[in-house]
Amino acid sequence: MEEALTVHRLQFAFTITFHYIFPQLTMGLALLIFVLKSLALKTKNEHWNRAAHFWGKIFGVSFAIGVVTGIPMEFQFGTNWSQFSKLAGGVIGQTLAMEGVFSFFLESSFLGLFLFGEKRLGAVGHWFSSMMMLVGSWLSGYLIVATDAWMQHPVGYAIVSDHSFGLQSFWALLLNPWALWQFSHTILGAVQTGSFTMAAIGAYYLLSREHEEYGKTFLRVGVSVGLIAAVLSLFPTGDGQGRMVSIHQPATLAAMEGLFQTQQGAPLAILGQPDVQRQRLDNPLIIPGALSFLTYKAWAAQVYGLDHFERADWPDNISLLYFSYHIMIGLGTIFIAIQALSALLLWRKKLFQTKFMLWILMLALPFPFIANTAGWITAEVGRQPWLIYGLMRTREGVSPLVSAGNAWFTLIGFLGMYTVLGILFLFLVYREIEHGPGPDQNPSAAARSYAAAG
Amino acid sequence: MGTIWFCLVAIMLAGYVILDGFDIGAGILHLWVARTDVERRIVLRSIGPVWSGNEVWLLAAGGTLYFAFPALYAAAFSGFYLPLMIVLWLLILRGCSLEFRNHVGGHIWSVFWDAVFAFSSILLAIFYGAALGNVVRGVPFSSEGNFFEPLWTNFRPRGQTGILDWYTILVGVAALATLALHGATWLAFKTEGELNARSRRCASVVWCVVVAGTVAITISSFRLPPFLSLNFRAHPWGFVFPVLAIVGLLGTKWFLRAHADGTAFLFSSLYIVGMLTSVTFSLYPNVLPSSMNPFSGLNIANAKAADYGLKIGLIWWVIGMALVAVYTIYTFRSFAGKISAEEDEDEKVY
Repeated sequence: MEEALTVHRLQFAFTITFHYIFPQLTMGLALLIFVLKSLALKTKNEHWNRAAHFWGKIFGVSFAIGVVTGIPMEFQFGTNWSQFSKLAGGVIGQTLAMEGVFSFFLESSFLGLFLFGEKRLGAVGHWFSSMMMLVGSWLSGYLIVATDAWMQHPVGYAIVSDHSFGLQSFWALLLNPWALWQFSHTILGAVQTGSFTMAAIGAYYLLSREHEEYGKTFLRVGVSVGLIAAVLSLFPTGDGQGRMVSIHQPATLAAMEGLFQTQQGAPLAILGQPDVQRQRLDNPLIIPGALSFLTYKAWAAQVYGLDHFERADWPDNISLLYFSYHIMIGLGTIFIAIQALSALLLWRKKLFQTKFMLWILMLALPFPFIANTAGWITAEVGRQPWLIYGLMRTREGVSPLVSAGNAWFTLIGFLGMYTVLGILFLFLVYREIEHGPGPDQNPSAAARSYAAAG
Repeated sequence: MGTIWFCLVAIMLAGYVILDGFDIGAGILHLWVARTDVERRIVLRSIGPVWSGNEVWLLAAGGTLYFAFPALYAAAFSGFYLPLMIVLWLLILRGCSLEFRNHVGGHIWSVFWDAVFAFSSILLAIFYGAALGNVVRGVPFSSEGNFFEPLWTNFRPRGQTGILDWYTILVGVAALATLALHGATWLAFKTEGELNARSRRCASVVWCVVVAGTVAITISSFRLPPFLSLNFRAHPWGFVFPVLAIVGLLGTKWFLRAHADGTAFLFSSLYIVGMLTSVTFSLYPNVLPSSMNPFSGLNIANAKAADYGLKIGLIWWVIGMALVAVYTIYTFRSFAGKISAEEDEDEKVY
């Protein structure tokens, strides 16, 4: 039983972590493609259309992998976590079914139109399909975050006769304050991923002296949108999300910050390794009083440490939680610095010549993916040992009759399948980047599309 | 309220089978129907803009099932653990073959993905049929209301059953033929010339297999769980559903012969609807019967979610599905008409 629980958790963790690489990119790119299409519609300049077309191809590949890796997430609620589904399905079934009915159809229909229908739809129709892709993917994100938010901070439910949870207030579920903060923070993280990716490809084109006109466009759009998203990720959304955790999950806050002892004027740990056995932080680099200030806006306020809580209610992997949280915060801060400096150079019209900045932007590509992943690990490991915070423990939610052996079989299958998917994705995206957004080699097709645009 | 959602989930599943059915069917047949690279590209283009939208019906139906009958979702998904995971992998492989085949030129690349596309489509059809067979036959519930089925045990449809036994394999093969027929009529409808003629020939051959399969599963279904015929005996108006299936099957043949491929496709859809509604009608009010005792198992009353949520759901479901109807019609209209070889060249940039 104990082994089966571990394998079920590993499988969910692995499949969701791999899955979320793609939605964060598509949710971010959806906004940027919409920006490019809007500029194309406004200026009637084919350059913007070609730029949007290029990112549309990368969006298409990412979306396809996002869809095929997303289906297992919905299935696993039933296959691996049947006790959880039986008890909580009456509540979170609402948001999951709404995602299916409202956003999936919207996204997939309009993506099909966007990718295959440029000529059949005309300029305005094609712009409209890019807008609907944006609406669909963000709505999908919201409904999934609302589902997670209910598990983090259950609201609007009642316990029904057979001990399961039933919905009591639809609007409480949909407008859960936790969901509002978590979604704004998550979506800004996704926009950062999209912007950094666009800027990195732009920097790559300038540094390698290929497709330079498009490289400049990508840098302009990526850096402008990226700076706004980076700042808003910290304040107000990161701050608001942190406040939610401090109010509703104080034990999680203590573990995230590596705060073992309750204290007034609690320090903020910048660096250091938590030693759970001795209950202290090794090699700490701290700012005195800063945690109290950030949490309660008062330097001397008391913050509960882990010692205030029952050992059974401590998150079960404090070190992982502490590090993922610190990686997210650290990278988020660095992102603001990178984007601010790039934006300054862009404004002074020096960015395209400043080689070291282009190198930094290019090499920054993987880091927003890491920061977003670390953020989700913080949220989900932070929720432990609860599956539904305060209501149901993780060990109680697992499917009772699916043995560890069967779970290993499918976990190994997913590891293999997703390795292939990851390699294919990198290969295909690399080809698109090498090919570039410029006119197609096939001169007749390029001439036709040019004529159609003119 | 439970009965309403029983019908709505059934409608969504039927919608999924009809829509994703034709692109799975195209996958089953394309190695035989389409011979050259250009022909295969035309087959893929005929489903390219719509297949992911079709597959979304599965997700939306799954989500709706989860929302309306959480206990059913929990018991069925954990009990059918292995086949569902295999279905997921097949869906992943199939999605990859559709999306990635045309991204890279080169003979080996496309030959490989064509084979993957056919393989995954064929197995998916068989697994879907076997899943339906499992629901009709019932599953070995324990006293706590759970079950776990291995892939197979002794291939007998009684006692400690596995997913595959002679009955569910029979339904699987019938499903393979049904979806192949459905896909063939779609391809005939969407293509011209040689490809069109070959699809139509293929459809005629498969049609005979579908007739044989229908007769075989009808006879064995009524012999197997005795309660299946109860609803038909109590409410004879239910015979309208099997009649729909028969009309659909005959109409498919008739219109194929008359070269009215679009109409043949509609009648093939009617056949699928007729078969699925017949099954649904005979199951009601059960949602997942027990093979140990035909009158226990999960039914609408003990599997449904609380009424408040179901009532709220009815409001957004109607709004949501009205929107879905709008985009589905819009998408299919945008891509209406036959696919020609020239258009394929034109859009090769993607």
